[in-house]
Amino acid sequence: MKQIRLSGSGGQGVITAAIIFAEGAVKEGKEAVQSQSYGPEARGGASKAEVIISDQAIYHPKVTTPDIVLAMTQQAADKYYDDLHEDGILIVDEDLVPNVPNFPNVIKVPITRIAVEQVGKSLFANMVALGLLVKVSGLVSFDVIKETVAKRVPPATIEKNTMALELGFDAVK
Amino acid sequence: MRSYDKYFRENRLPHMWCPGCGNGIVMKAIVQAIEAKNLDQDKTVIVSGIGCSSRASGYMNFDTLHTAHGRAIPFATGIKLANPELNVIVITGDGDCTAIGGNHFIHGARRNVDLTVILFNNNIYGMTGGQASPLTPLGKKATTAPYGSVDRPFDPCHLAEAAGATYVARSTAYHVKHLSDMIFQGMGNKGFSFIEAITQCPIAYGRKNKLGDAPEMLKWMSETAVMKAAYDKLPEEKREGKFPIGVFYNSEFTEYTTAYQKVIDLAGGAR
Amino acid sequence: MGNIKLMQGNEACAEGALAAGVRFFGGYPITPSTEIAESMAVMLPKVGGTFIQMEDEIAGIAVVLGASLAGKKVLTATSGPGFSLKQELIGYAAIAEIPLVIANVQRLGPSTGQPTSPAQGDVMQARWGTHGDHPMIALSPWTVKESFEVAVKAVNYAERFRTPVIILLDEIVGHLREKVELPDAKDIEIYPRRRPDCSREQGYEPYRPAADLVPNVADFGTGNRIHVTGLVHDETGFPSGSPKVTEESIRRLHQKIEIVQDEITHYDEFFMEDAEYAVVSYGGTARTAYAAVLEARNKGIKVGMVRLMTIWPFADKIVKKVANQVKAILVPELNYGQLVNEVERAAGGKAKVKLLAKYNTEIFTPNEICTAIEDLTAEVAD
Repeated sequence: MKQIRLSGSGGQGVITAAIIFAEGAVKEGKEAVQSQSYGPEARGGASKAEVIISDQAIYHPKVTTPDIVLAMTQQAADKYYDDLHEDGILIVDEDLVPNVPNFPNVIKVPITRIAVEQVGKSLFANMVALGLLVKVSGLVSFDVIKETVAKRVPPATIEKNTMALELGFDAVK
Repeated sequence: MRSYDKYFRENRLPHMWCPGCGNGIVMKAIVQAIEAKNLDQDKTVIVSGIGCSSRASGYMNFDTLHTAHGRAIPFATGIKLANPELNVIVITGDGDCTAIGGNHFIHGARRNVDLTVILFNNNIYGMTGGQASPLTPLGKKATTAPYGSVDRPFDPCHLAEAAGATYVARSTAYHVKHLSDMIFQGMGNKGFSFIEAITQCPIAYGRKNKLGDAPEMLKWMSETAVMKAAYDKLPEEKREGKFPIGVFYNSEFTEYTTAYQKVIDLAGGAR
Repeated sequence: MGNIKLMQGNEACAEGALAAGVRFFGGYPITPSTEIAESMAVMLPKVGGTFIQMEDEIAGIAVVLGASLAGKKVLTATSGPGFSLKQELIGYAAIAEIPLVIANVQRLGPSTGQPTSPAQGDVMQARWGTHGDHPMIALSPWTVKESFEVAVKAVNYAERFRTPVIILLDEIVGHLREKVELPDAKDIEIYPRRRPDCSREQGYEPYRPAADLVPNVADFGTGNRIHVTGLVHDETGFPSGSPKVTEESIRRLHQKIEIVQDEITHYDEFFMEDAEYAVVSYGGTARTAYAAVLEARNKGIKVGMVRLMTIWPFADKIVKKVANQVKAILVPELNYGQLVNEVERAAGGKAKVKLLAKYNTEIFTPNEICTAIEDLTAEVAD
């Protein structure tokens, strides 16, 4: 069982990224649950979405000890990293999280900058992050995620979304 | 046997209204309009709320629904939307329609659902013994306004028009034929039709306010109600103490089930 | 393989209702139930059904009751505060015997409370929220897949027993997205709308009970000219002030559900064969309880679990059986203690019954429930 938490601020699209990640896992025949925090917290403040993926039935529906935490803002990083598994991975947007929490295993990627400079809009930052998560987690095949994204986004934006996914996927080794 | 007797459930009569009550007159005006309109008795539903007027549904030989206090219009909306071929007539009172059901009244009008709503306005909560309603005139007494009402009343016709009703009319229990004609015209309007029927409550309202017995209250209606065309021509000072009756408003707007059919078409469905 | 996808609990509830034949939805948006209305707004017109957003919660239930009387299978959805506002007409549906399904996605209260936070605080409101006496059927799903299945059952029960049925969801399951495998339409059993068994000329009375104590009330517009009222009425449907009629009608409302109680009591038993302790749980909390029971079993504690889908009528028989077997029962609930009182009543002193309550916007962790199980074993040993 793998537990992943995606966090950022409202409007950064972390929930959409989490849903697509879980959908991809389901397409591959895995068990998956996805949940999120709603309400005022999700509008501007720190917001989070969680995904659990397993080969067996998932009962408790929330992340208890995350294996991966993605933080797209400083506030999210501060708020959501501290229960990470000791062998877990913290992924941060290196521009938006200037004060990286003191954690042994951190991956820093300029997620939003890649979206703005190489895809054209910060709107695609969540797709860059999703590509990154697919690579780092190794839980879902990249092709399945690309298919899932293509089915979910407006047809006119498939190309840019796919581009953002690939840039994220290639941003780490 | 009178031609409209078939519209009543004779085994449910006599009615429970007090001697001198005007509700029977209004109920008769409704069935006469139904007869004139030749509505299919098996495809016509009478929906009422709670109160004296709302007991009428039980006496009428159709599918009839006696709902909860204030809720006749949303129940009726559900019936009409579920089966648009039904003619749906709502019987309500001044408390039922404009107090506890006020929100449903304005929103029914806003949606322009094809309902014919007849408000029996006796200015009082009669069933429960004479409490003030939103249509109790200023200064008139009620058990809950023992020193005279200081709550400004609604004009339900203005309210209906402002909220979007496409047919609005008023008549009285004295003007029976006119009242029936107002209801008849309302049934012809495809949309939300509202008819205020002023009716006398000699027991819980008239007595408390020294308005005399039923004939005297009817006489008051005959003397103070003025046909709208004539009323409109009266100078301001001569309008004092008078009120207009007739068709106040009649307009065209897409009826709700027709509008929703467009939604179904857009979604690619079929009824 | 059927239709496998990732779906939200609220969406699955809407899909289940649709699959069971619901063709009319009326309601008022309220967090955390709104996705049910939104799903219905999209899906119903596609099948020729009707969705309407009403002006308030009361209108939301009134409009579906009207539609139900006119022949449609209906659903309305709400959450805590809206559920409170709908209570009078839930009672109306009970006495006028109008098929009705209400999905209530529980959130933390009282009043506006914590609108986006999970809770299980409406368990008693679901049973006792209206004035007067009538039975209630309430079903609580614990997975997204079961949200679909419970919706199908609720619609079928509402039609079969001509009674209001509550889908007692909670925010945990309502907002959870999970892998589901939905059944094919042909595999879904649907209870059809009841029809009059004879004509008006043959002496049809709309509220005369059939053999199962449920009346075959005609739909409006079918030529039966029936009268429906919220007043106590006799078999003709017309009001009656008779003490005898009143007593008989209130009794029949209860008996029509009492005689099928075993059939409509749905539950799961886990690890009960050798259990010395048990957890009784329901809804989203049962998922965490299950994880906790596994954890406790790994620690060598002989603990089992009963997961209730049917909350009302309460599963007295099964709880009694469990109480006769185990030393103690733990009831974790996201409230200050509601269903625990029913468990205690049914247990009748045969086993210790302990509440684990949580009401701080957060759901239980498996560890919290596991610790409570361990504490309970220690208490019993003392």
